[in-house]
Amino acid sequence: MWEVVYTLIPVFLAAFYYFGLSALLVSLAAIAGCLLTEWLVGRGKGQESSLYDGSALVTGLLLALTLPPGFPLWMAFVGGVVSIGMGKAIWGGLGQNVFNPALVGRAFLQAAFPTAITTWELPDGRYWMPRGTNLAMPFYQGSPVDAIGAATPLARMKFDHEPTELASLLLGNTSGSLGETCGLLLILAGLYLAWRRLINWRIPLAILLTVALFTAVFYAIAPARYPSPPFMLLAGGLLLGAVYMATDMVTSPLTPKGAWIFGAGIGLLVVLIRIWGGLPEGVMYAILLMNAATPLINRFTKTRVYGYS
Amino acid sequence: MQSTTLTGPLLTFRHGIHPEEYKELSSHRPIERMPFVEEYILPLSQHIGAPARPVVREGQRVRRGELIAEPAGFVSVGLHAPVDGTVTAIGLFGHPNGQMSPAIRIKADRFSSQRLTLAPPIPPEQISAADFIAAVQRAGLVGLGGAAFPAHVKFSIPEGRHIRCLMVNGCECEPFLTCDHRLMLEYADELMDGVGILQHFIRAEKIYIGIEANKPDAIAVLREKAGGGALPIEVVPLQVKYPQGAEKMMITAILGEEVPGGKLPLDVGVLVSNVGTTVALSQYFRQGLPLIERVLTVTGPAVRRPANVLVPLGAPMRAVTDFCGGISDEAARILLGGPMMGVVQKSLDVPVVKGISGILALTDAEVRDFSTYNCIRCGRCLEACPLFLNPARLGLLARKGLWEEMEAYNVLDCFECGSCSFVCPSGIPLVQSFRVGKAMIREQKARERQG
Repeated sequence: MWEVVYTLIPVFLAAFYYFGLSALLVSLAAIAGCLLTEWLVGRGKGQESSLYDGSALVTGLLLALTLPPGFPLWMAFVGGVVSIGMGKAIWGGLGQNVFNPALVGRAFLQAAFPTAITTWELPDGRYWMPRGTNLAMPFYQGSPVDAIGAATPLARMKFDHEPTELASLLLGNTSGSLGETCGLLLILAGLYLAWRRLINWRIPLAILLTVALFTAVFYAIAPARYPSPPFMLLAGGLLLGAVYMATDMVTSPLTPKGAWIFGAGIGLLVVLIRIWGGLPEGVMYAILLMNAATPLINRFTKTRVYGYS
Repeated sequence: MQSTTLTGPLLTFRHGIHPEEYKELSSHRPIERMPFVEEYILPLSQHIGAPARPVVREGQRVRRGELIAEPAGFVSVGLHAPVDGTVTAIGLFGHPNGQMSPAIRIKADRFSSQRLTLAPPIPPEQISAADFIAAVQRAGLVGLGGAAFPAHVKFSIPEGRHIRCLMVNGCECEPFLTCDHRLMLEYADELMDGVGILQHFIRAEKIYIGIEANKPDAIAVLREKAGGGALPIEVVPLQVKYPQGAEKMMITAILGEEVPGGKLPLDVGVLVSNVGTTVALSQYFRQGLPLIERVLTVTGPAVRRPANVLVPLGAPMRAVTDFCGGISDEAARILLGGPMMGVVQKSLDVPVVKGISGILALTDAEVRDFSTYNCIRCGRCLEACPLFLNPARLGLLARKGLWEEMEAYNVLDCFECGSCSFVCPSGIPLVQSFRVGKAMIREQKARERQG
């Protein structure tokens, strides 16, 4: 668990580099929500506290990475509470949940605060100035002061058919959630985690291959209308989702064959949502939907037992 | 056969685990004969199958090696007096399995030289296959690898079946244990002779001696012995990996094929015999020594003087550990057998029986604490299981008591190597729960048969 946390450090440094103090504040708020809830639930159950196994911290970190830099802190905190409370605790704690807790929190925020969670800004180099929207109070409708809205690369592609340079997607100087913009770091982290066998490499590979193949078909038919495969792979939350979210052991299939099916399913859903759905991005829903399918996949992908063909 | 060198890629099976070996504690110590003690207790059930039937009465004088209980059926073996002495009781005594069990107590004759005075049996070359099987059964031979399955049952090849391949199992993949290693070094001639006796009846095309590569001296010795002989023997170094010594795993490693589920090695034309059993076979036919003693590894950080000891069967375990300097105060747990498949032993005041390959005394440092956490479905157990089972799923089913569904997930194929429990980061007692599951399924089936 802790090794996963270490691989997240560079990702967070990049987030801080691009989005400044806002990135740090949003992260702290999300983590605080997670840890507090974990602690309260543990107290309520009267068991040995599960705070120190690091799982709640990872959930908080991952949730933070999916939030926009200008996100109101109180909402990030609520997201953390929901992640642990509804994403994990009510299922029976670590190992019992069906859905990825961080994404449950994110889905809740998306439903509850659709505007705030889709208000993006470009990295602007203001390190020590939190964004005005960060400090918004609950139920208070302030007028946006200094937020310069900037659509994400995926939104620009979807609504304006305007691609973004791949170099920006790799390095991360575009608008987006905290942890999704810097593709290069996510690829490196994924390779490291796979090499250390901390994640099942089949899942990210299956996701990326499916997305690339599926996108390539559309791109071959109408290059002007549809995004190119490299763009699809690097833009939005795909890499973050493929490396850190879909590979959550608890909510992904156990068997190697199951992992391939799971990854391919996510890849298909991502492309479906991105191209035909109403939203520009679909990684979160794709993973949550395949999480729901995981028990079924486990059931239907029995391992081949020694001595049986 | 893909490769047989020590340097090249070694043969092995898929999956498995790499526990720390701890063999250096006792691997360099030659086998020592333990002095005779005053009293021996010989449970009638020291093997799989029907308990032996006593043929002596209380007060009767017996000679060392004399039959004291005869086989009570085909899957049953004889039992012999380990010393010259007097039968002092036939009754219930403590058994290493934790129960009171029928046994014969013999008081050793204090003034006897304990020399074997019985005449050796007729040489195996001069008897028929049926007589050979009967002789092996009478000699009380069982698999000395740990299962204590009657050797003659294994050696009985049904009419029309052909054994193409005889394998001698010298893997000794359990950590800590070194008795087979020492036997291969010190009893190499007896081992080769035992192989010859088996081959005389089996007539296999090929004989393999499988040894894990962490015993290069044993590999060298046996290669030399096998070299000039007339037998088609090949000594095969195998990768050091647990459970390499499991029959099916060794067959897969050497032949590259799997034993079909629910079948025996015999069904694929293979006979596997443990090193100790093979040595005992030679000792019986050449020296007239039935199975009345065996080599145990007494080891572990809590044993003052780890050693490989030749112990007369029936000797109290405490006498064996005392011979090895005693168990130190740090001992946290005592196991019979290796740390992977061995069973926890509560009392040392029980006798050594045929199936015990070692006495292991561990300290707190080697004993894992018992905290268990939820399964996080990391899948490490799937990567460890040599039979490609799904221990995570089976563990879940066991917790819910869904025995029938466990059967559908092939729990009956599990041979309880414990690799899954070993790798589980949440400390879930997986193999332990499978044992329960298997027992429940068998009980259910027995009930159904009775109607």
